[in-house]
Amino acid sequence: MNAYVGTPTSRVDGRAKVTGAAKYAGEFPADKLLHGFVVEATIPCGRIARLDTSEALQVEGVLDVLTHANRPPLADKVEPWKDEVAPEKGSPFRPLYDDTIKFNSQPIALVVAEDWETAKFAATLVRVEYEQRGFATDLEGERSNAAEKDKPHKPRGDAAAALAGADVRHEADYVIPTEHHNPMELYATTAVWESNGKLTIYDKTQGVQNVHKFLCGVFDKKPDDIRVVSPYVGGAFGSGLRPQYQVVLATLGALALKRSVRVVLTRQQMYGLGYRPMTIERVALGAKSDGTLDAVTHEAIAVTSRYEDFARNDTGWAEQLYKSPNSRFSHKLVHLDVSTPSDMRAPGAASGVCALECAMDELAVALKLDPVELRLKCYSDRDQSENLPYTSKQLRECYARGADAFGWSRRNPAPRSMRDGKDLVGWGMATGVWEALQMPVAVRIALTSNGHAEVSCAASDIGTGTYTIVAQVAADALGLPIENISVRLADSSLPQAPVEGGSWMAASSAHAVLAAAEEVRKELLRLAGKMPGSPLADTELADTVLKDGSIAGASDNSRAVSIADAMRHGGIERIEKEKLNQFEEDKKHARNTHSAVFAEVKVDEELGVIRVTRVVSAVAAGRILNTKTGRSQIMGSVVWGIGMALHEETVMDHRFGRIMNANIAEYHIPVNADVYDIDVIFVDEPDDRINKLGIKGLGEIGIVGVPAAIANAVYHATGKRIRRFPITLDKLLD
Amino acid sequence: MNNFQYARATDVADAIRLLADPGAKLIAGGTNLIDLMKENVERPTRLIDISRLPLRKVEETADGSLRIGALVPNSDLAYHPLIEQRYPLLASAILAGASAQLRNMASVGGNLMQRTRCAYFYDTATPCNKRHPGSGCSAMDGLNRNHAILGTSASCIATNPSDMSVALAALGALVHIAGPSGERAVAVTDFHRLPGDKPHVDTSLGTGEIITAIELPPRGFAQNYSYLKIRDRMSYAFALVSVAAALELEGNAISGARLALGGVAHKPWRSLEAEAALRGQAATPDHFSHAADVLLQGATTRSHNGFKVELARRAIVRTLTQATNATPQSQAHKKIA
Repeated sequence: MNAYVGTPTSRVDGRAKVTGAAKYAGEFPADKLLHGFVVEATIPCGRIARLDTSEALQVEGVLDVLTHANRPPLADKVEPWKDEVAPEKGSPFRPLYDDTIKFNSQPIALVVAEDWETAKFAATLVRVEYEQRGFATDLEGERSNAAEKDKPHKPRGDAAAALAGADVRHEADYVIPTEHHNPMELYATTAVWESNGKLTIYDKTQGVQNVHKFLCGVFDKKPDDIRVVSPYVGGAFGSGLRPQYQVVLATLGALALKRSVRVVLTRQQMYGLGYRPMTIERVALGAKSDGTLDAVTHEAIAVTSRYEDFARNDTGWAEQLYKSPNSRFSHKLVHLDVSTPSDMRAPGAASGVCALECAMDELAVALKLDPVELRLKCYSDRDQSENLPYTSKQLRECYARGADAFGWSRRNPAPRSMRDGKDLVGWGMATGVWEALQMPVAVRIALTSNGHAEVSCAASDIGTGTYTIVAQVAADALGLPIENISVRLADSSLPQAPVEGGSWMAASSAHAVLAAAEEVRKELLRLAGKMPGSPLADTELADTVLKDGSIAGASDNSRAVSIADAMRHGGIERIEKEKLNQFEEDKKHARNTHSAVFAEVKVDEELGVIRVTRVVSAVAAGRILNTKTGRSQIMGSVVWGIGMALHEETVMDHRFGRIMNANIAEYHIPVNADVYDIDVIFVDEPDDRINKLGIKGLGEIGIVGVPAAIANAVYHATGKRIRRFPITLDKLLD
Repeated sequence: MNNFQYARATDVADAIRLLADPGAKLIAGGTNLIDLMKENVERPTRLIDISRLPLRKVEETADGSLRIGALVPNSDLAYHPLIEQRYPLLASAILAGASAQLRNMASVGGNLMQRTRCAYFYDTATPCNKRHPGSGCSAMDGLNRNHAILGTSASCIATNPSDMSVALAALGALVHIAGPSGERAVAVTDFHRLPGDKPHVDTSLGTGEIITAIELPPRGFAQNYSYLKIRDRMSYAFALVSVAAALELEGNAISGARLALGGVAHKPWRSLEAEAALRGQAATPDHFSHAADVLLQGATTRSHNGFKVELARRAIVRTLTQATNATPQSQAHKKIA
């Protein structure tokens, strides 16, 4: 049954990707294709007083300049604009809807021309006059306006009193800056105007059906009028969960001109999309002198736009990680004149757990306890928010295996005590936690008598390896070699799938494959059972497996009928089955993944230059479907964690309300020279409760805890506690 | 990007002739100019392609100098045997900059011509005296963490981003220039300007002039040198502070010293005063520290770049120590020696 699941299977789409055969949204050809270039607002708030496109229209090769004044109809009601990931409260941004400016770099016009350079040039000739209004973009300056928007998290006990009476207390603000996803692939849409007036939309997105429903609503189209396709995505990390404005603009262009239109955003323009919101995370911990926690409070103050309440769970994670009789959590928002934030790798947790785990390290120092020991003293076998046991939780094992691989026992706890030549050496650790989510997904399997199967689903593969794991699970479930499985994904006309995000797609798609494969097996058994003298007559479905191109008795494999024979006798060439898999609701267990991250830094004592020379990440995430792509996922996330700790920061000039480092020369992410050894350990975590295959999902968990482990290592090396990220060298100079 | 005409210069004289067009710009590797054109910061109406002119030689001259054609790619220069042997400081500085791909494209002359990376200079929606004279300097009271601390003016605090130029300044290189009124040579340290009240003028290059070569004088400081670049990540980032240091030692006594800084001024900042302070002294941290103080005298800081003074001081001491010990900073290894 498990020839492929759990093995280091190479990516089935790897060859297509490295040879360039894989086509991305901005690469699909179309007859008489036009190119759109976006004109952006240069003020953060106000309205367009005058927009003069006459000069741009005179440029040879320019067909049209679309603005709020001349565009085709867009939905006037708010509801159609609310895609499946939209915040509950608010009214989504509508590109070219009216003359209002809600954020700097907002699209205000689309120049459509015969070629991209012409459109780009003509865009510089669009003249705009604004009526600017007063605005605010600085979270720290507007902190006093922070307000709780959702129902507050239910407090336990009396955290304030417990904090006041605690033997040892630690309380501090941790500041996480705004960060942008910067996926390698630029946001792009090719809207193909088909001969029958229908539209095929090639879009960079994490959810084709989400975009499909959104476009049908926004443009008042029937489902059959639009098809959304996105076979390959060059990274998205949450930025592609919601439909981005270029898909609206490309579609507008195609409808206006009845021609195919492509819109590719520039790297700079992508800073006008979503981002990880800046947060001020205030954490207070109160402990008894023995190191057990009495109180945890965590308040997050986060940026959102004026028009939507975007909020994620930054603060609740301590409920799951650490036993404490008293706790209080709150998430407050500050409305600013900026675009709405979006999900970004481990949204909420990456920021909130960073603060929590730095605070735990500070508490350990105050208690004179080893940081791992403190976490073990506070270890919780139950999720305290609902007082539930976990389907599985091997976090203790993560601490043990990670510490062992790292050599943690050789750590001298005193800051500045370990050296390597001119470098101060620091060892730090942190815990990571994420949810193990699963969603309804449908899969269709078409098995042909020659033992080949096509497996299809609307789910996206955003580079995470969905093609590969779907092929692996299907090959095992159908008893076929993986070469006989072809996988089709990310077409809105395929069976139902939600957006790919939250680390839920591995478990969700895998079990949908199992469900559809069972339908295929049922049909094969029906056909095989009807054969004269069938070895499988009267065999129960539960007592059968698909193996080596046959359907066979589960307990006795020698009772077998080949797929070819079963189909031939049934007089069919092909079995096609589609099945929607829904997971049984289990309100009696908490479902989470965990990690223990250990980091070594070397800091040049005089110059403050920081190198992260070693990271060990021990992850407990149920069954790992593919140890090769899984390891890559975690490694990539650790690199991102290095960036979050040391490099990443979207810098805004609040006088202009403009992002001033909107490019990847000045917005720093780690380069190869910043990355040393990364050791990924998958801790064995059998889980027969969560789902049939015991899958929890990877991706998000890899980043959570990494920035804190590095920050804690920097403290251990230097004796300096930097609570404002990223930790750049100037913050270490006296 | 604006529409522009394209002309390929047939020889240097042709390039000079074509440069009479005030909207014309020379293009060689294009690694900076194309970038700025995409950002709508540079809007030349004509590009004069000089990339095929015969300015790619590295030649020893009779007096022992080395003459480097303006079109020698940065990588070729860094790995040229004569540079590696005689001027390793220059090789090291070049390899500290940009990426392998950019160094392959970029020419030596173009490297001298690269413009500041000030974010306001790049963003046409904000005021910038360098891009739009008289509009104001947004960096002065804005995001100025990366900005200059030496030689600034009331109208501009931008820095020159080149690494190569810092080594050239330390080595006392000359820039050979051809123009409508003939040929001339100018010291690298006089080639780049301080901003003063004309920050839009980066260099002393006159109308119609073209860089033809760089000349390195015979003294190469190949024994005791180091180029140390401090930046926000280990590679592919502009310098917060960089230091080119070169010494001639007699025993432990400094007989000759060169010291230039990058990332701190509108031009590569060579300090003759600091060099004089080192000459005749023992090569010790105290003397290095004193030289740093001399160099940094008169440094002025803005809201976010105050750290650069202390960082520069420490980096100078470290780089001079590396030079003294003949353990130059390796650009291939990430660790600071």
